[in-house]
Amino acid sequence: MTEPGQLTDTDHVAAPGVPALAEPVVSLAGRRRETLHFALRNKKVVGALVVISGFLVLGLVAPLFTDHGPNEYVGPPAAGPSADYWFGTTTFGQDVFLQFANGIRSTFVVGLLGGGLAALIGMTVGFVAGYRGGLVDELLNMLTNIVLVLPALAVLIILHAYVGVTSVPMQAVFIGLFSWPWVARAVRAQTFSLRSREFVDLARLSGMRPLAVIRREIAPNMSSYLFMTFILLFGGSVLMAATLDFIGLGPTDAISLGLMMNSAVHWSALHLGLWWWFVPPGAAITAIVGALYVMNVGLDEVFNPKLREM
Amino acid sequence: MRRYFGRKLAIYALTFVVAVTLNWIIPRFMPGDPVLRMLTRTSVSNPEAIAPMRAYYENVFGLDVPLWKQYVNYWVELFQGNLGVSVWLFPAPVADVILHAVPYTLALLLPSILLSWWAGNKVGALAARSTWLDNTALPVSYALTATPYMWLGILLAWGLGIVAGVFPVAGGYSFELRPDWSWVFVGSLALHWFLPFLSLFLVAFGGWAIGMRNLIIYELEADYASYLAALGAPRRLIRRYAFRNALLPQITGLALQLGVLVSGALVTEIVFAYPGLGHLILQAIQNQDFFLLQGAFLFIVIGVLVANFVIDIVYVLVDPRTRTGMQGAA
Repeated sequence: MTEPGQLTDTDHVAAPGVPALAEPVVSLAGRRRETLHFALRNKKVVGALVVISGFLVLGLVAPLFTDHGPNEYVGPPAAGPSADYWFGTTTFGQDVFLQFANGIRSTFVVGLLGGGLAALIGMTVGFVAGYRGGLVDELLNMLTNIVLVLPALAVLIILHAYVGVTSVPMQAVFIGLFSWPWVARAVRAQTFSLRSREFVDLARLSGMRPLAVIRREIAPNMSSYLFMTFILLFGGSVLMAATLDFIGLGPTDAISLGLMMNSAVHWSALHLGLWWWFVPPGAAITAIVGALYVMNVGLDEVFNPKLREM
Repeated sequence: MRRYFGRKLAIYALTFVVAVTLNWIIPRFMPGDPVLRMLTRTSVSNPEAIAPMRAYYENVFGLDVPLWKQYVNYWVELFQGNLGVSVWLFPAPVADVILHAVPYTLALLLPSILLSWWAGNKVGALAARSTWLDNTALPVSYALTATPYMWLGILLAWGLGIVAGVFPVAGGYSFELRPDWSWVFVGSLALHWFLPFLSLFLVAFGGWAIGMRNLIIYELEADYASYLAALGAPRRLIRRYAFRNALLPQITGLALQLGVLVSGALVTEIVFAYPGLGHLILQAIQNQDFFLLQGAFLFIVIGVLVANFVIDIVYVLVDPRTRTGMQGAA
């Protein structure tokens, strides 16, 4: 779920989560240094980065210290957390901590790949529609609106059920294909307003090709917004993947946090009181996605001087 | 006005066509053979029995006529309300099965969406200028909105249902009862309804509260707010104007969030084995009941489209600018 405050901005108001578009005055390197300066002094950004990189390191490193796969039966069944099995074991004797660490890996893959693909499609459609205008804009806008109203999860359920998703990257690609439209709308609106600025006119007059104008003149002026968009898409993809996995449409040859919750509920961990089986995966998703949202608020303060509390 | 609604309706009609077409294309052109999977599910050992069964299923899917005709037939069947026969609940028609489940889903969705929207907006507006509330409500809201729906459902079912034993954790009503309009049954219905409702409400609430808080802060910095303050207008009045202005994007947000809210309801129903559409989808997947799955998909799409249109109407009713704009310009 992407938070509504960020989504509502497309048509009717000046966007709350969107930093003001600054004219390029300072050199790019100087601005980057300034951004970094403020980012590292923003508690929200730093805190969120610590949480996210903590999980990332756990997901990358923990699976290296064992020669068991996450789904192998290694321990006593239904044992609580202990020194040997930090998060206990499942009813079948699988190590919950091992599944957890591997699941975090899948979560990051889905977020990066699904969010990245959605950002790419959304930005391309938004830039082209906003910059070209006319018939191209009409058509792309129609496509955007259709994908926007189409309930993504329902389409993904049908796709997953028929095609049968086997790997995490494949799932991420499917998710990315259906979660871009609000980005396209927002980017289109901003491109529209930038297109008629003088510096863009100047670039066009000097004979720059449209693609170069978009890349060198328009995109840098909304780079902060684009980055924040990617963060929201990352979180959205993670939640969407968890939902699909929980329904039982997850990748068949991998483990993920959603699949852990699925099997916990399926093998009645609730009634057996095996809380260590279903609490960690949900807590990790909440922590990662929550940290992303908080980081977004912090970045908003960094990019938009009006919001800085100093 | 007519032009505005005409445009909106055209988009919705197109979306519906796309949805139906996707629903038709995916089983036919994607890798994977649903007929074969249905056949393996029945696990017939006699190879001679496979061929007539295959022929039967291809006939049911309508696979034995040219492609364009299959597509036309699909639409004709759809308009006759024929979505096929459920495999899981054979021989019940899919449309009947779904229509029995829809009231449960709506009973969860409508109250949780409307109440969370209302309460989230109120709390968010209060938090916007009260440091104490901002420091407590905002972190809670961020945690809630980042929570996966099913996890909150699982926690509530475990905590309040199994450990505390206050609420039942499975089904739409007590297994000892038959559906009728007695007080006992309605009471059981309400008791089973509460936890899924609560988990949907809480997750959605967080998002609305955050959105409203941010919007109010922006509105209070707007020129009209400073102007009113300079004129000496009471703070309450300024805040009321800011709130009403901030409600408009929240209505748009409601339309954009519909898909997410529906998917939240689906997984919450699965957690609580609540007999709505989500539960049907789960059963359809586990039983390889593709007709049921596709029927549920179409129902969800139609529901979301109708809800979108209702929100469009509401938007015109509450925002005078859209009304005058439409009369003047178009």
